[in-house]
Amino acid sequence: MIIADRKPLDEIVGMVSDAKKILVLGCRGCVTVCSAGGEREVEILASLIRLGMLKQGKKIETVEGTLVRQCDKEYIDGIDEWEGQYDAIVSMACGVGVNFIANLRPTTKVYPAVNTSFFGGSTDQGVWMEQCAGCGNCVLHLTGGLCPVARCAKSLMNGPCGGSVNGRCEIHPDVECIWQSIHDRLGRIGNAEAMNVIAPIRDWSTAGHGGPRKTLRDDLTI
Amino acid sequence: MTFTPDIQAFCCHYTSQQTIAEGKKGLKDDGLPANITFHRVVCTGKLQVSTLLKAFEEGADGVYVVGCPEDKCHNVKGSQRAAKRVVAIKKALAELAVEPERIEMFHLERGFHPEFVEAAQLMNKRITDLGPCPFKGEAK
Repeated sequence: MIIADRKPLDEIVGMVSDAKKILVLGCRGCVTVCSAGGEREVEILASLIRLGMLKQGKKIETVEGTLVRQCDKEYIDGIDEWEGQYDAIVSMACGVGVNFIANLRPTTKVYPAVNTSFFGGSTDQGVWMEQCAGCGNCVLHLTGGLCPVARCAKSLMNGPCGGSVNGRCEIHPDVECIWQSIHDRLGRIGNAEAMNVIAPIRDWSTAGHGGPRKTLRDDLTI
Repeated sequence: MTFTPDIQAFCCHYTSQQTIAEGKKGLKDDGLPANITFHRVVCTGKLQVSTLLKAFEEGADGVYVVGCPEDKCHNVKGSQRAAKRVVAIKKALAELAVEPERIEMFHLERGFHPEFVEAAQLMNKRITDLGPCPFKGEAK
């Protein structure tokens, strides 16, 4: 899922400082699961914005709502429920949601309340780790299911590098060397010889370096 | 001009036994400041961040939570959860340039004991010294 973190409050309050009434809009997708922008976080942020404005001697009205998703046109239409009740939307969805609102509501002001961080999963309660970089050319079948693009600090295709010490990455002792883990795992699953295969120079054109990416499924279009 | 802070206290079923048993007069005799309003909840772990923020929105100058000792919560981890939420609010207050010490968590034994009164007195002195909460400025 997409992992996000709430932006600093002064940044958010600064965005809406001229507004009189705002819609704080959550998303029941990824940001609910990672506790960044679901219904509960909407309630908290709305309160904090009101307090932040009070601190500045201003008053702001907040309307709270949460859509099933903010990354689908059909759900964005749900915003109409609050029509006329806000000057601007503060979206707690990932950047996709903010873009969708901006795309589909050309005259509506929309501001991001979270920083969209990475694709990851919860490794422990309250802990999320990056697992995938969305590079568009998956090599997990060659690396024992562990991603060197997202989880190696250098995104090396032929690791480990000289900075790997006792299974830890040189950037920080808390960070595992994913190439050490790939090596160990390939051994455990009887495929250690895969480490001897030299990966060729990688074509990164699928990784967003050629502009925004698009997927078109003819079998699904109407 | 003297300032009497509005302090809202959220106490769990167990740590607030004194407030229920003694009533207002008894609490006053114990030395509890009269400007503290007690809210009794089943467990501090049930308290939401938004509930505590709402207290500030409604005009509190200070807020505190009294839950069981960390390792003796009747609901195992309720008071630990509450403590985490109080820390989250402290961070949010700091982000808004408001003194984080306007909210506090206390872990106290259940029943009647001087520490319950001391916590109230400590918060009353602290908030009185800090002065009115900056959220209470006149909104334009």
